Amino acid sequence: MAETRFMTVNMGPQHPATHGVLRLLLELDGEIIVKAVPDIGYLHRGIEKLAESMTYPQALTLTDRLDYTSGLSNNLAYCLAVEKLLDIAVPKRAQYLRVLMAELQRIAAHLLWVATHALDLGAMTVLFYAFRDRETILETLELVTGARLTPSFIRVGGLAADIPETFLPRVRAFVEDFPKRVDEYETLLTENIIWKKRTQGISPMSGADCINYGVTGPVLRASGVYYDVRKAYPYSSYEDFDFEIPMGTNGDVYDRYLVRLKEMRQSNRIVKQAAAKLPPGPVTAVDAPQVTPPAKEEVGKDIAALIRHFKIMEQGFTTPRGEVYASIESSKGELGFYLISDGTNKPFRMKIRPPSFINLGALSKMIEGQMVADVVAAIGSIDIVLGEIDR
Amino acid sequence: MARCTACERLREKFPEAVLAVAEFRGETTVVVDKGRLREVMTFLNRGDETLYDLLVDIAGVDTGNESPRFFVVYLLHSIKFNNRLRIKIPVAEGAALDTVSDLWKSADWMEREVYDMFGIAFSNHPDLRRILLPDDFVGHPLRKEFPLKGDDFDRPFRVCLAEEKGNQADG
Repeated sequence: MAETRFMTVNMGPQHPATHGVLRLLLELDGEIIVKAVPDIGYLHRGIEKLAESMTYPQALTLTDRLDYTSGLSNNLAYCLAVEKLLDIAVPKRAQYLRVLMAELQRIAAHLLWVATHALDLGAMTVLFYAFRDRETILETLELVTGARLTPSFIRVGGLAADIPETFLPRVRAFVEDFPKRVDEYETLLTENIIWKKRTQGISPMSGADCINYGVTGPVLRASGVYYDVRKAYPYSSYEDFDFEIPMGTNGDVYDRYLVRLKEMRQSNRIVKQAAAKLPPGPVTAVDAPQVTPPAKEEVGKDIAALIRHFKIMEQGFTTPRGEVYASIESSKGELGFYLISDGTNKPFRMKIRPPSFINLGALSKMIEGQMVADVVAAIGSIDIVLGEIDR
Repeated sequence: MARCTACERLREKFPEAVLAVAEFRGETTVVVDKGRLREVMTFLNRGDETLYDLLVDIAGVDTGNESPRFFVVYLLHSIKFNNRLRIKIPVAEGAALDTVSDLWKSADWMEREVYDMFGIAFSNHPDLRRILLPDDFVGHPLRKEFPLKGDDFDRPFRVCLAEEKGNQADG
């Protein structure tokens, strides 16, 4: 019998379909993948180490640079952790606005995902439509936050500012229009025979395997496991909103696609409700002055306000000794922050629970035994962002 | 206390392994003796009433000058019972922990990250290599004594490059 010889193929880190700087070492038997070893860390910036040298308000800016497709979600997760540590309550208006913006951000992130994933598999048209709508969201969010990718707008205790008057009309116009747009994407892909052949039955994961590999987010739910942090541990008043958690059954690339499309529709519902029910009131925690900078007008008139302003800007605030874990359902899965405080104004330890990193750990399991052409489909279906994986 | 049946059961089953139970902001942390890690984790993962099927994260902590110096923290979630539990293991410098990557596959990468960032080894781990940093990296950056900025942080790139070339010529 002739000796079996495997070929090793290097994929990435500069490869358009690896969504950043992911490198894969593939061992091939013909076209079948025998072994896949991901190599990561090309984008490592030491965010957890940097956070230890920054005050709590400063470290917020680092979180924008994790999953750069949904900066506001990262801000939210970090602020929830710090607020839990401080044990302060956030006003209802700020909570609703946080939900509204986080859900818009989820839609934007999923639009980017459907665009690039379809592009990877050769369906180029989707990109143009999805980017058109993502642009609308980014412009709307820019109206409030002043930034497209790195907003740092959700602050400890509330928001950096209240929304301008022009914001809600634009949001309402968007949510009215958006379900029709999702229908458009579906006409391009859902019943498309080529799309189905490229995605159905590809890199399937059973529910039990997903849990064992720690997979969360749409990938887990596509395998039929009901776990969503918004329902399991409601935060920021998610319990006030009426929405469903879309589920899949087969756990293949196609089901992950369907789950994400349905999620966009549900997010749209939440945004609609939040915009309709938005209560009046302050957007910062007024009963926690140690974390809330005074209003600009006050600073000019009142010496105590001026002192408080400088104290917060220069030194931040101290937190009680202790450790907390707070997490949210980001567009990729469970994004958590585990903070340990030693009673000073800087985090003693900030551990990020990055959904992309842990989901990527299941990639080898997904693609081993599959065809080499399906690697791109599998990577795309996990929806990774290397900024979050490498931190 | 109805909320933490798991810690009650842990106390019952492993009275000498549970070193402390702490409650803060509604979260429960159980400090467990390093030597009993495998037994406790197997019980939490496989036990019928305490089925922590999802290992959310493993975090390393360097306390700086306390003794023992490190903590390895396991964040667990039970999808069936919808609750969370945190297990904290004190680890002395240079000591190795048992791996849990056979109980939860997700622990494979998480343990590699703890090893990479803190230099805490895991015995019986299938593939204990650095994960984020290059293989030839010296030191473990999340240890407290590791400098935030490297020695050459403030020096111009050209100087560093020239020195590197000089070194190569010498060698």
